[in-house]
Amino acid sequence: MPEKVLIIKGHIVDPSQGIDGIGSILIEKGMIKGLFLSNEFEGGSIHMRIIDAKGALVLPGLVDMHAHLREPGYEHKETIQTGTFAALRGGFTALCPMPNTNPVNDNATVTSFIIRKAFQEGYCKVYPIGAITKGQKGTELAEMALMYEAGAVAFSDDGRPVMNSLVMRRALEYSKVLDVPIISHAEDLTLSEGGVMNEGIISSSLGLRGIPRVAEDIMVARDIALAKITGGRLHIAHVSTSGSVELIRRAKQEGVKVTAETCPHYFTLTEDAVLGYNTNAKVNPPLRTSEDILAIKEGLRDGTIDVIATDHAPHHRDEKMLDFDNAPFGISGFETALSLSLELVREDVLTLNDLVTKLSLNPSNIMRISSGTLKVDSDADITIVDPHRKYKLTEEYIYSKGKNTPLLNNELTGKILYTITKGRIYCHEPA
Amino acid sequence: MTKELLNKKDIERIISRIAHEIVERNKGAEGLCLVGIQRGGVHLAKRLSAKIWEIEAIKLPFGSLDISLYRDDINMNKPQPVLRKTDIPFDISGRRLILIDDVLFTGRSIRSAMDALMDMGRPSHIQLAVLVDRGHRELPIRADYVGKNIPTAKAENIEVCLEEEGLEDRVLIQTP
Amino acid sequence: MKKDLVSIKDLAEEEIRLILSTAFSFKDVLKRDIKKVPALRGKTMVNLFFEPSTRTRTSFELAQKRLSADVLNFSVPASSVVKGESLLDTIRTIQSYGADYIVLRHPCSGTPHFLSKIVSASVINAGDGINEHPTQALLDAFTIQEKKGTLEGLEVAIVGDIMHSRVARSNSLCLSALGAKVRFVGPPTLMPVHIPKGVKVFYNLQEGITGVDVIMSLRVQKERMDSAFFPSEREYFKLYGITFERLSRADSGAIVMHPGPMNRGIEISSEVADSDRAVILDQVTNGIAVRMAVLYLVGRDNA
Repeated sequence: MPEKVLIIKGHIVDPSQGIDGIGSILIEKGMIKGLFLSNEFEGGSIHMRIIDAKGALVLPGLVDMHAHLREPGYEHKETIQTGTFAALRGGFTALCPMPNTNPVNDNATVTSFIIRKAFQEGYCKVYPIGAITKGQKGTELAEMALMYEAGAVAFSDDGRPVMNSLVMRRALEYSKVLDVPIISHAEDLTLSEGGVMNEGIISSSLGLRGIPRVAEDIMVARDIALAKITGGRLHIAHVSTSGSVELIRRAKQEGVKVTAETCPHYFTLTEDAVLGYNTNAKVNPPLRTSEDILAIKEGLRDGTIDVIATDHAPHHRDEKMLDFDNAPFGISGFETALSLSLELVREDVLTLNDLVTKLSLNPSNIMRISSGTLKVDSDADITIVDPHRKYKLTEEYIYSKGKNTPLLNNELTGKILYTITKGRIYCHEPA
Repeated sequence: MTKELLNKKDIERIISRIAHEIVERNKGAEGLCLVGIQRGGVHLAKRLSAKIWEIEAIKLPFGSLDISLYRDDINMNKPQPVLRKTDIPFDISGRRLILIDDVLFTGRSIRSAMDALMDMGRPSHIQLAVLVDRGHRELPIRADYVGKNIPTAKAENIEVCLEEEGLEDRVLIQTP
Repeated sequence: MKKDLVSIKDLAEEEIRLILSTAFSFKDVLKRDIKKVPALRGKTMVNLFFEPSTRTRTSFELAQKRLSADVLNFSVPASSVVKGESLLDTIRTIQSYGADYIVLRHPCSGTPHFLSKIVSASVINAGDGINEHPTQALLDAFTIQEKKGTLEGLEVAIVGDIMHSRVARSNSLCLSALGAKVRFVGPPTLMPVHIPKGVKVFYNLQEGITGVDVIMSLRVQKERMDSAFFPSEREYFKLYGITFERLSRADSGAIVMHPGPMNRGIEISSEVADSDRAVILDQVTNGIAVRMAVLYLVGRDNA
């Protein structure tokens, strides 16, 4: 690690300080030691490494509050090492892995294992999310406080909903002891059971069982109602329907403590991606319709949706090389998230400042982790991206073990040049 | 280059001659039946049947045969096969059967036709009548009644035009 | 025709008509003393069935034998289908046998589509999940054409569990392509979410079959009761069972079809099933001719 690094000529966007302009950043011993707008800082020293970020965006490191690293238990899909490296390549300097590992992260031992492993082998900061219920079975609460002590920052049964309303109520109540968010995978299993894609014209034409949009809406409505009476902090994961957006918008107006995230694929792709029984487009919640995309974009624009998370869900090639019904749900998302999200800026849905807020500052605030800022004396977690550079998304390009994305072989715009974690520089295109 | 080998009058004479030969060789028309191979052979068989009626005042049983299902070249990327009607409304077993085709070339069509006929019964004899024999046999098959022997090169193409197909009766040879 | 027959959507209207006219020629062959032709001699056909089926499999097998093909039946009992890798491994095994044609029945929708992309053999869909059953639709169209002379302008009512019926799905595509007018008749719980263009929906059987030329009754899956699609067989028969009394609402020459196996007294009364209005056994016979035509034509270039 060089002692001093100076990033010059880049377009710095840091919502935490309201900064949006050309400037330089000085890094010393892994910390940000100076941020200079315009040409205040010129000279530099011979003992510094200079990164010329001309024409590029210099952002606080991205934070992914919804990811799957698969370790322990499913190392053939991804490991903490490969997953965190893939995240780094996607511009993320911190991420929160969901607890649906094997064993489930429903106790402090597993939480500690993940944190230790990430410390030893990981390439970015890892803040585990613990399970709400033991074994994610939805019946008994898991030891939230012990996991919190070990380093868990939030709780979720992601991959499954907590179907029992009483258990969900108790979880939201109990979480107040720790003041941590309860993350809801909103899906009414009785309505979605057997479904493999969005219920509608495409499911009818392909003869696949559908997951209706109300399966999500009903659960979002229930959890908002529970958040209201309990006062717990509710976070709705992977919003995919216009109905959910509207419910969350109203709840926020009423002052309910609810936040929400969506994922790039829900504002980029529609159910059409499933045509040809493309198992790489099989994801839960399923890809919906263009009407939902419009509603989600509006929700992002007006602040109803606070966060863009990846729901990075890598799977082994053999698992996706199956008939559609038996292939697992999930899209590999780390390495495409920023490119797809920048599209929102190009389409004037979000300002650059808003986008960075949703990819970095907001998730840091919701999870209460020290990321998402370029303030002096904070960790030097920085992402430098050329927003105009194009690249082809090939299997070889994807570092994650999971090559499962319906965007394979598409050309994407917005290429990451450097990801810096605690001052360690990862250069994506070594000269 | 296209050249006319037979005209309407020639074909008429040939039909008449072959009809006489059939009757002569079989000592009358009793017990005979005619089967034409789709499509040209069917038209010729009908003409022969009419001619034999003129000569002998006997209406011979008449059938048409499609050989597509018996071909031996099914793997050779031939265009989409169109099955035509196989319609032999009588029992061929024990009969003298005259098989009729327009052009005799490699002999493979005739082999297919005989296989097809064998699946339908056991004729006492099968005789073969063709309008044109152009040579180049690949199987030990010969015709009993030949309208005209025409020596050809393998690359040449013989086209039999018949009124039943909406054309003027004639036989053409095309040299590439 | 394309290499595979996975969906009726793979077929242009002319191709459907070519299959039907070719099937008429094969039906003549089936009337002969020797019902076998050497058209596909030496071809290897594997009937790969992941779901129990007697009728469809035997119909295919007979069709294959009548075309002189070598037939291998590969039935994988549902119990041994462990989720996942086994499908791909089974397919690779069969490919190694040198199969020229694979006839696939699978409980999951889209599997023949998946298979067709992996193997060079021609893949024929013998029913996939709730998606399609194209040869059943073709044999139904053949039977209607045989009985009625044409499909153009005919009113066809498909009655029963439309939502979960691959027969209904393939038939509505095929019949519409041939100019028939399709109606779906059944309880709203068993209707598909999205109704194809031009199809009329009736929840009332009497209205739904008024004036129709063809009634296609679908098999009721008894397990649907457990999932609250309808309350009881008794009530189902009361509302949607095909009886003589109700048949009087249809055209006087209307025919009754059923893909089999029938639940007598649930979707159709025995009196109707055994009457001369029913063409259910003709469907079985025609199934062989139609499957011969499909096997004979599939994968051949268009002229």
